[in-house]
Amino acid sequence: MAEYQNIFTRVQVRTIPEMGSPRAPGDIFARTGEPFFNRWAGWVGDAQVGPIHLGVYGVMSLICGFIAIEIIGLNMLASVHWDPIQFVRQLPWLALEPPPAKYGIKIFPPLNEGGWWLMAGFFLTSSILLWWLKVYSNARALGMGTHVAWAFASAIFLYLSLGFIRPLLMGSWSEAVPFGIFPHLDWTAAFSIRYGNLFYNPFHMLSIVFLYGSTLLFAMHGATILAVGQYGGEREIEQIVDRGTASERAALFWRWTMGFNASMESIHRWAWWFAVLCTLTGGIGILLTGTVVENWYLWGVKHGYAPSYPAIYPPITDPAVLNGAAQ
Amino acid sequence: MKTAFRIAVALGAVFTVFMVIGVFIAGWERPPMVSKQIGYRGLGMEQITNPRLAGKTLASNQVPELIDPAPPGGRPAREAYTNVQVLGDLTEDQFNRIMVAITAWVSPEQGCGYCHNLENLADDVPHKVVARRMFQMTKHLNQDWTTHVAQTGVTCYTCHRGKPLPAGIWFPGDRDGPAKGMAGYDGGQNHPSPAAALASLPLDPFTGVLDGTGEARVVGKTALPTGKGIGASIQKTEHTYALMMHISNALGVNCTYCHNSRAFLAWDQSVPTRATAFYGIRMVRYLNNNFLTPLRPAYEPARLGPQGQAPQLNCVTCHHGQPKPLGGAQMLKDYPELNAAILTPVPGAGPAPAPASQ
Repeated sequence: MAEYQNIFTRVQVRTIPEMGSPRAPGDIFARTGEPFFNRWAGWVGDAQVGPIHLGVYGVMSLICGFIAIEIIGLNMLASVHWDPIQFVRQLPWLALEPPPAKYGIKIFPPLNEGGWWLMAGFFLTSSILLWWLKVYSNARALGMGTHVAWAFASAIFLYLSLGFIRPLLMGSWSEAVPFGIFPHLDWTAAFSIRYGNLFYNPFHMLSIVFLYGSTLLFAMHGATILAVGQYGGEREIEQIVDRGTASERAALFWRWTMGFNASMESIHRWAWWFAVLCTLTGGIGILLTGTVVENWYLWGVKHGYAPSYPAIYPPITDPAVLNGAAQ
Repeated sequence: MKTAFRIAVALGAVFTVFMVIGVFIAGWERPPMVSKQIGYRGLGMEQITNPRLAGKTLASNQVPELIDPAPPGGRPAREAYTNVQVLGDLTEDQFNRIMVAITAWVSPEQGCGYCHNLENLADDVPHKVVARRMFQMTKHLNQDWTTHVAQTGVTCYTCHRGKPLPAGIWFPGDRDGPAKGMAGYDGGQNHPSPAAALASLPLDPFTGVLDGTGEARVVGKTALPTGKGIGASIQKTEHTYALMMHISNALGVNCTYCHNSRAFLAWDQSVPTRATAFYGIRMVRYLNNNFLTPLRPAYEPARLGPQGQAPQLNCVTCHHGQPKPLGGAQMLKDYPELNAAILTPVPGAGPAPAPASQ
């Protein structure tokens, strides 16, 4: 019997490598690489590594992604005057910046004032969309449903909302996110401050609910299945229609805990929808910011959900108003 | 052999992990921290201080030893000496006292010769012109900017701290520009910004707000868009963000020292210190525009910026990491001579200061 009370997977299969179903007709790319077994990989997943199948979409996606990373990286390197030591030291601070506000949504701003950013964005978006096609076609080739592709599409929707759709709606590329580690975080903070605190954006609230909810559901589900492992609880798919003792114990546990329990089928729908709605509601919240709502805090006051608190200090007035046109 | 190799790999991995952790925590402050609630509960209105570091800041922010007051009476300085333009209303003893004081406060190592021609003290050498203007600036500040300096006021020492060049000097439009050529545009940010506490924010958050006539305000003022363009851009917001980081760092305080961070724009929820800070920004701008920039011809080239700009001041120039400079010590009242400066035009130093409109 497998032992499940462990942080690592204890069961590792060693056999002739599984090569998968025959190649789809018209697929010119073979599966490449001699498969092998790795004990470390087996601790966290399947011990078999390879072969890899990229296909047309995968290869094109990697090429586009490589071009995007090159544009971003070389611009970062140029921004430290091609000094490799400074590149390494400052890497978390460096970024490829979108065009400044004065260029609006000009398609061809100067190359060194946002032009590179547009190009990097084009290739990165192409790369992501091609990878989506790869995910979709891989699922079809294996006779699977396309659930993974549509979940990925939800994340792509948020990415495009931030970097493409909202800047178009606002009429300025400068509203978009820079490509950089700290700079994209600074963008996030500045974006929230500029539009009156994103925490008062109801779609941001929903997105946080689904984000934290996803982690909670994941923890609950993972823990439950491991906990009924000794009764065969990992055979979740069969147990959708043939519950068995593992399913019944797990169900009882949650019914005793909170009066309600998911089923072996529905828990996976819960997880899928929570994850998908996280980025979907997030993207909607982004698209509404600045286009439909200017200041989320004031919007919250207007609609009666931003509370007021007792004053601690004597009231002060804006000095710029007190003194008329301030110098 | 294989075991030795594994042990070596394991040791290497442990070492690497500690090095990576070390890199990430190098900028952290060692606890204990003290958290003080300064607003209504549940709003996160708190000041976090590190008493160990605050103690160090306090120790380096002490008022210098008192210089003995001048005995009463005596003839006016303008009669005792020649070419006394700004401090002529002082008595001879008061004048000498303040000369001793400014030497101790500004150029203790360089002595009188830093501003005077020692052959002829009446000579108008460049540094003397600057010093005259600085006396006027101090008087102007204490007289017209009580909205910021209250009755505490400032002395030469508030900024100079025993050094000819005060802290926090910056030059308008001075920043590390984009690389020459076709790539590397950084938008004036995206490097560790010393002005913004090493955030990846704009390297020069001062130009345009602490000089000129620009505004710091960026937050949308209405619930719904006004339909008049997109307002402040994200980059402009980052500018203000960086300026606020500078203020926070210069004063050793959190955002919530002035703001309620749930709504940065809301004056009715802010701490009264925010109004003081507002006048502080206005004051610094006025001093830069009306005192420091016009002094440009009086500076030697080495004092000017890369593009020949006159040096400017900012918040750290006085505050030195404290919410109140010199811990709020009432130093000015011991040196009433500073309030007797005459605000007439100083030749070679720009026009006489107009009364400040705040």
